[in-house]
Amino acid sequence: MVLKRKAAFVDLTKEKAVVQDIPVELRKMHLGGRGLNWYYLYNNIPPDADPLSEENILAVGSGLLSGFPALGAGRVQISAKSPITGGVGDSNMGGAFGPQLKYAGFDHIIVRGKAKRPVYILAKDGEIEIRGAEHLWGMDTHETQKAIREEIEDDRAESMVIGRAGENRVVFANVMNGVKNSGGRSGLGAVMGSKNLKAIAASGAVDVEIHDPENLLRYALDVDGRARSTKWAKTLGRLGTPLLYDVSYTTGFIGTMNWQYNTPGEDGSPLEAENLERYGVKMVACIGCSVHCRHRVKIREGKNAGLTTEGPEYAAAGAFGTGVGIYDWEFVIKGNAECNKWGVDIISMGTTVAWAFELYQRGYITEKDTFGLRLEWGNEEAVLELARMIVEREGIGNILAEGFRKASEHFGEETLYYANQTKNHPNLLTDERGIPSFALGIATSTRGADHLRSRPGIDLFQLPENLLEEIYGHKIISDFTAYETKGIMVWWHELLYNIVDSLGICKFQTVFNSANSPKFEDYVPLIKYATGIELTKQQLMEIAERNYTIERLFNVMNGFSRKDDYPPERYFREETKRGLPFMKGRKLDREKYEKMLDEYYRQHGWDENGIPKEETLARLGIEKPRMSFPVIEKAADVKKR
Amino acid sequence: MEERMLAVFPELCTGCRDCEIVCSLKHFGVINPERSRIRVLRDVFEGFELPLVCLQCEDAPCMNSCRVEAFYVDERNAKIIDFEKCIACRRCIIACPFGVNFLDPVTKKPLKCDLCSGDPECVKFCSTGALRYITAEEYNREKIKLSSEKYIEAIKQEER
Repeated sequence: MVLKRKAAFVDLTKEKAVVQDIPVELRKMHLGGRGLNWYYLYNNIPPDADPLSEENILAVGSGLLSGFPALGAGRVQISAKSPITGGVGDSNMGGAFGPQLKYAGFDHIIVRGKAKRPVYILAKDGEIEIRGAEHLWGMDTHETQKAIREEIEDDRAESMVIGRAGENRVVFANVMNGVKNSGGRSGLGAVMGSKNLKAIAASGAVDVEIHDPENLLRYALDVDGRARSTKWAKTLGRLGTPLLYDVSYTTGFIGTMNWQYNTPGEDGSPLEAENLERYGVKMVACIGCSVHCRHRVKIREGKNAGLTTEGPEYAAAGAFGTGVGIYDWEFVIKGNAECNKWGVDIISMGTTVAWAFELYQRGYITEKDTFGLRLEWGNEEAVLELARMIVEREGIGNILAEGFRKASEHFGEETLYYANQTKNHPNLLTDERGIPSFALGIATSTRGADHLRSRPGIDLFQLPENLLEEIYGHKIISDFTAYETKGIMVWWHELLYNIVDSLGICKFQTVFNSANSPKFEDYVPLIKYATGIELTKQQLMEIAERNYTIERLFNVMNGFSRKDDYPPERYFREETKRGLPFMKGRKLDREKYEKMLDEYYRQHGWDENGIPKEETLARLGIEKPRMSFPVIEKAADVKKR
Repeated sequence: MEERMLAVFPELCTGCRDCEIVCSLKHFGVINPERSRIRVLRDVFEGFELPLVCLQCEDAPCMNSCRVEAFYVDERNAKIIDFEKCIACRRCIIACPFGVNFLDPVTKKPLKCDLCSGDPECVKFCSTGALRYITAEEYNREKIKLSSEKYIEAIKQEER
């Protein structure tokens, strides 16, 4: 067994830390990354903890396979109680931090308490150091990373940092690495800000030991070749995620002007993926990824000439595009670049700004509230200025920075109807009204409305049912407008994405938008060769069930139940107005949705209220939470500077 | 068989560092890019990726600098260090005009590309062809192709 990996438990209040081995038994129960993060958090965050208080705990975990040369295995999971939802706050970040954390000698860093001064944590060659960050406070996410590299004299060091948004505790602030790698959604940047924690930096040259290097190299090449040779991966490597825009706007499932429409129609054609190409410099990649889905772009002329950055993704085309009625890549690139430097979630920002625009349209917000800013669809200046005001908490921005629920107390309770959210968490620009499986996915996601927790992208392909049965191990109806069996489909993807996040590999290289991508059984040899842990596909799925149910329990402990598992009310009431015939005039059927939810709970072994049953907990070996944070008083002082 | 070289095309490098990862895995059985014989110089803020690796110089300063005859040349013309003989004096690291003889932080000995007995692992994993094991003639052909593509693209941009 070659799993001599470590976790550091850091108490910022005491400025002390203790380093422990991660028991192999825990690996067999939870793997790593997301799974292990939630084992630690479920056991240690008291249910009534205020997310922005020192009681909250931030868990950072590189996946079990992070740093391995296949399947985009460069990912890291960042988790805490979310200041947006009050439940699971969970964030998966690509780029380079995850692997670098391993080379620094750590798989997990668990942080609690609150520092008395701005600090950053330096993980270096197996040791933890807490350093003052007064001089970094106020810097944007790029400046911060460059300053840390200079300070610790390592140009290969990687940091996860917060920008102005995190410092100001904007509830949807991000954690960032590199130019645009985002620990997005859930507002974990605000959690770091509340702890006075500006960054965690990783540096070092610690060996990551491998159980069977020869077979790992052979198998990695094989499985990676399969993943990157799918049509999806090839197109992704050329166009990036904007390729999704073309299908969603021509068909009609992209939220437009805050979901009043489900596509901009022909107005939206300037945002087609091919039109981004003229800004392209080249495609770049996260560590360990052969798909390289990321653009490096440069604006060569006009008022933004000289701007070089990475991205934008499909999500940005919604946030700074269709959502606010703007159809201009150059503006999307600009807005994307700003958000990344502020360290704020582009999706949540876009959905929040679009909401404010609709409230302005309906008279709930007036020019008096905005200091004269006219929140009119297509007004580029207003979009960017409102975004800046949110980050800096100026004027109306200070209200919007608190999230939908609190902001609606100010604008009127009825305004919540226009907020596209579940569990108070802003949704991606997609319009799920015509696709029941997608709607269920955003509603049941443990971190609130989100597409990356379970979205069965392949549902849209209407694959032959024998192929679906082969993939899902259940009979699944091919028609994507159906409700029946989709609860099982969503359940299966929840488990798959949990494993993927726990291994630290990329969702774009599993069964998400391609039926031919690797899945559970393909990870079995990878885990074996890398770690020596032998699991069956069945055991892997059981680990996922355990991990997912623990997240569900965390939400239940914080007051969540069936009532919180519904997509936005608008999806039940208003029909889609545009799109191809099968997407036009669609809304969700309440009765069928309820049945789909029942089916989904049954599949998980949860009761009709969405609470995990005792027998399910017993089967998965989940016990009551018990405080397991090491007693840090006895630990030696960490290095301080 | 005609001699081949480990050719680098930086314009195709995505910065994934698979080459570094598999190099350390192949030679040491561990993952540790700081122990790799190939390095990608990357700065995402400045926006560049540049893979750096031994060029197997004909008149190799590293080999010439060695005082204990730890270097030998294999049938592929790779200059290889015999670690049984190497005394870790690091003269070869200093002698390399390109800085691509690295220092192993664990053994404190030099790290120099040995072309993996004619089947470089990094090349196998490089998905974009930024690293290739090809003849000089093939290299020239490819380089001309890539640079003319750039030239044609530039002309097109002008015309727009």
